[in-house]
This record gives sequence, structure tokens and C-alpha cells, in this order.
Amino acid sequence: MNILKFFTAGSVDDGKSTLIGRLLYDTDSILADQLEAIQNANRKNDDGTVDLAILTDGLRAEREQGITIDVAYKYFQTDQRKFIIADTPGHIQYTRNMVTGASTANLAIILVDARNGVVEQTIRHSYLVSLLGIKHVVVAVNKMDMVDYSETVFDAITQKYKSLAEELKLQDVTYIPVSALKGDNIVHPSERMAWYSGDSLLHFLEQVDTDVQEKSEKARLPVQWVIRPQTDELHDYRGYAGRVVSGTFKVNDKITVLPSGANSTISKIEFFDKELAEASSGQSVTIHLATDVDISRGDTIVNSSALPQESKLIEADLCWMDTKALDTSITYLLQHNSKVTKVKIAEVVYKVDINTLEKHAADEFKLNDIGRVVLKTADALALDLYHENKANGSAILIDSRTNLTVGATMFRALAD
Amino acid sequence: MSKYNFDYLDELEAEAIHILREVAGQFEKPALLFSGGKDSITLVRLAEKAFRPGKFPFPLVHIDTGHNFEETIDYRDKMVARLGERLIVGSVQKSIDEGKAVEQKGKNASRNALQTVTLLDTIEKHQFDACIGGARRDEEKARAKERIFSVRDEFGQWDPKRQRPELWNIYNGKIHKGENVRVFPISNWTELDVWNYIRRENIELPSIYFAHDRDVITRNGQLMAASPFVNMDEEDVVERKKVRFRTVGDISCTAAIASEADQIDDIIAEISQSKISERGARMDDKVSEAAMEDRKKGGYF
Repeated sequence: MNILKFFTAGSVDDGKSTLIGRLLYDTDSILADQLEAIQNANRKNDDGTVDLAILTDGLRAEREQGITIDVAYKYFQTDQRKFIIADTPGHIQYTRNMVTGASTANLAIILVDARNGVVEQTIRHSYLVSLLGIKHVVVAVNKMDMVDYSETVFDAITQKYKSLAEELKLQDVTYIPVSALKGDNIVHPSERMAWYSGDSLLHFLEQVDTDVQEKSEKARLPVQWVIRPQTDELHDYRGYAGRVVSGTFKVNDKITVLPSGANSTISKIEFFDKELAEASSGQSVTIHLATDVDISRGDTIVNSSALPQESKLIEADLCWMDTKALDTSITYLLQHNSKVTKVKIAEVVYKVDINTLEKHAADEFKLNDIGRVVLKTADALALDLYHENKANGSAILIDSRTNLTVGATMFRALAD
Repeated sequence: MSKYNFDYLDELEAEAIHILREVAGQFEKPALLFSGGKDSITLVRLAEKAFRPGKFPFPLVHIDTGHNFEETIDYRDKMVARLGERLIVGSVQKSIDEGKAVEQKGKNASRNALQTVTLLDTIEKHQFDACIGGARRDEEKARAKERIFSVRDEFGQWDPKRQRPELWNIYNGKIHKGENVRVFPISNWTELDVWNYIRRENIELPSIYFAHDRDVITRNGQLMAASPFVNMDEEDVVERKKVRFRTVGDISCTAAIASEADQIDDIIAEISQSKISERGARMDDKVSEAAMEDRKKGGYF
């Protein structure tokens, strides 16, 4: 059993809350107190059935109080998988929320209202999904009950979306006609859409392969901590502790430490009381080297046969997340895995209108703005490009005056 | 590509270890809050996996209400001796004696709320800049929205409006002087995940987690241990029952559930089934014993 992290993109009107509620309800994942609340609630659907959208009411109450909680995480489990839903509430600061939720997701569910088809909002959500490089997309055409479960309506929406997917280079898109309200094709296959032979949403989520396209083969381990017991019996023990963010390290592999460029060989890979022959992406381990090398937190151990790029000038996509606008005259901090360095935004190349996908020249960058910039870092980064290696191709920007996380960046190219 | 069998518990474990090492790397004076409960016991195992054969880069901190189950204090002391790590105890009794905290009155008096006073005092006294805790997002609604690195102001307050976006696996631990960060490495674990991990790792737990005979009273529909720390009067009837505890805290506010589960396999079966029985009882008011705990999780306490 493994974990699938996904998020749903859609506004309240698309039935996003109902869809999440339906998934939880039909997989027996709702706790007794929540269930009681739904049953006792005055709000019911027109046909008298319970309104599953109430399950996300907490968030709605927060909005009424003017509080913006950007991402709430929900958990459920079937015999096949553990699921983590990043639930990003709609209206306020939508871009920031979605980018945050999407950054850790393996899959995005984009909700389309069958009555309205592909609308401006669909374009916006799909653009963010492509920007964040989410490999698997499910287009859930919802409210099929409102269009008489019509295959023609579904096909027309599918055709329309396919051209958008092509434009945005979305690779793996699956189309599922659903009614979150009535429960069609969410957990149980619908009897009312005999013309649809594909999976129900849950069945698809249970079996979609998350390993294949997700991770780069290039072995990278950002060093988080150096383990040095300095006791009598472990006098010479030096272990480099970190999480393999991509690829696989094996004992006897030739490695390079960046930024110093020092070369060595892996003599041992440890995990607590075990010695491992190899460690692959996702694993938190401790690496030992055959020779003495000066390594500290912020350095990256990489496989010598697949070196990353090193640069102080990087073209990156930036999503601005702070209420205070970007100031190109000041120095920010950039955190790239365990490395923190000073950074300036040397140039704003363009800004994207995420409703039309048009690019505009721009001087200012405000909350929820997205576009291309040139980053100029104080120290060179040992980086990969985001589309090749998310974990080593992304970073956050921190305003050192407030210590807030003000931007998310994805490395796209080295700048001249 | 992934030949090795890396299952969901491995993934949760690797994530938690990564978070613990980020704490070690980013902070000057971190601490691990240890309650004696299963979640913080899990944290200790994860810390061993993150830092052995080195020492933990933080002490364990126990906020002691003085109203403890004896079993958990025994467990704590044995564990600390085995680990060879430093334990700091913040005493709620001392906070009361010093007049910083006031004992609650009445039948349902508990020291649960007073812990905050002692915790903040302890943080200030030792200048901790990060406190690692075992809270999980599945516990309740507010927690579902809290960050893994959660910045608190000088008064320990969480401001949901000013949370930092947390992207990819990058944790921003930058703070101003006086602020501190609460860190929750097992945010993405559920109660069942914790139990499955404890079983897999063969981690010893305080005996009160397993079904045992105990004198209890029933109060507000919940089973409470009959103890000198619980204010009892003539209305309270002491009965001997087979019970276990699903959480471990201050004895005056920790309810037991009637249970026959004296093995970890039985406990896991009980927890897994409790969801189903709740569902099974969905149209009537047959609320299972486990549901009581789930209500608590829903914010009842």
C-alpha cells in the first residue's frame, strides 16, 4: 500500500465540497460526530438526501469570519491506498492556495460543471496544474444528473478540454463523468451512464501509477545534518544525514559534493540499525564516504555521472504569495532544499494573465501574480530544472524583514 | 523504477525523519515535547532513526501535570534511562505554587488547561526556539489546517490568518527573537497509521493502552479512572471494569473506553472497525464506544 496525494480544483459552485464529501462518505471515512451533524442539519438536498457539502462547512464558516485558511488536509484510506487530499478553499487568494496544495500533489482533479463546460476558471486551474508539473489530471465532469447523463454533453466537453490539454502540454488526462450529488461514478460505477465504460473516480485514484513519471533518475541528496557522535568507540564516525530527493545511490557509487566539487565514493549507507545496499528517492538515510571530505548542511551529494547544473543566474517561474508586492531593489532569501542563500530578482521577464494565458511585460508583482523572472543568487545553486526534477528544481523566497514565505519558484533555465 | 518496497509507513517515516533533521539544522535550541502518549513515543522512535548513533540534538521536555497515571511516569523514566538523553520536566504543580496558574474548582476540575502556562514558562526559561510535538492533522478541524512548521508568537499563540504557505518539502523556520515554532513531524499520520507503525516497529507502550481491570466512575457518559486526582462525590459509583485508554494525558480529563483489546492486533482491529460500526449505526443513535473518542476528536473536549 502506498500514498496518493491529490487536490481538487474548482469553486463551491462546481460541487467541489460535495465531491470530497461523497468520496469520504462512500468510503466509510466519516466519523460518527460528523455524520450526526449532517443528518441533523436543516440543510438538505431537494430530494431530501443529506447535503455532503456540509462536511467542509468549517472552512465556509472561516470565510464568513473573513479568515483565510489556505489549505486543509483530509485523510482517508481504502484497502488499496492511503489518500491525502489537499483541500484548497475557493475564492480568496485562490492562486496562492492552489499552488501550495498542488506543490505536493501527485494528481489533480479538475472539476467542470457539465452545464457550463470548459470556462475561464477551468483554464486557470489547468494552467496552474501544468505550471506545477502535476503529471496526472482527472477532469471530473460533474453534475451529469443536471444534463440527463448525456454522453453527447460529456463528449463535447472532453473534446474542448483536449485542445486545452494540448496547449498546456498536460500529458496524462483522464475524463470521468460524475454526479457528486447523486454518487454516480465517484466510488460506485454509475448505472445511469451505461455508455461510460471507464473507472469510477475512486477506482482510478486507487490504481493510478504514481511512480513512473514522478521522479528524476539523477541521484541527489541534500545534506541536512552531519552525525558525529564523537564518543570513544565512534571516534571517527561521520554520517551525512538527508533524504534522497531523486534517483538511487548505491554503495561504491562515485559521488560529487556540491558546491565544493569534491569527489568521493559511498562506503556505506545506513538507516538506523540497518545497512542498506542502496537508497532511492524518498528514503531518509545516512551516507558514509570513503574519504575525508568537508561537508556541511546545505551541501548536496550527487552521483558523479549525472551532475546538476550550477548557476547564480536562473530563469524561474515565480508565484508571489505575500500581500506586500515584490520589491526588485531588496535582497530576499532563497531556500532550495537545505540550502539558504541571498537572492535578488534581477529582472521580471513577463507576467502571465492566468485567465487568458497571455504574457505581458510588467514592472510589479503582487499577491497571486505569476510570471517569469531572473533570479540572481549570492551562492551558486546545484540545481536541476523543474520539469526534470521537481525536488531539486524548486525553491521558496523568504522576506528577511518579516521572515514570511513570499514566493514559490520553479527553475526553468539557466540565464546568461 | 522503484524496485524497493517503499510502503506508506516507510513514506510517512521518511517524511517525519526529514522534518526532524530540518529542525536540527535550522534551530539553535529545539526541544521534543514528550507526554508519555503513543504519539510522542512514536516521535522518540523517529528521533532515534534520524540521529543515531549520535545524541538527539534536543532534550525531551515533559510538562508534568502532577496528575499522572503511575504507569506513564514509570515508562518515561525507563525510556529516558534507556535512551541516555536529557529530560526536562516542567511542573504544573510548581506553576500553581508560584501563583502563575490557578487550580480549577468543582467536580470536573482538570489540570489540562493549566499545562499551557507551564509549557510557555518552560519555553521561556530554556529559550527554546522550536518545540516538536506529536499532534496529527486527523485529530480535529483546526489541526487539519495547521502547518508542519507552525510559527507561534511570544505568547505561544497560533494565528491561522498569518500562516506561511508550505510548499514542496521546504520548511521555513525563520523567526524573530521571542517567537518559536511548533513542529509536527507526524502531521500526515492518522491514528491507525500510528498504531500500525507501533506494531511494525515493535515499540513498547505504557500498559494503560491495553485492556486491564480498573476502578472507574461514569461521568458525562465517559469512563474516568477512580483516582485521588478526580473530584468524586456520593453520586459517583465506583465500578470495576475492563478498560483501556486511547489517549494518555492528565488523569482528570482522560477517559477510558470499555475494551477487551489487550494485544496490539486487537487494538488495531478495534480502531479499524470503529469507523465501520459508526457507519453501520449511521441512521440511529447507537454510538459505539470508540465513537466517543472520535467525538472528542471532533472537538468535544
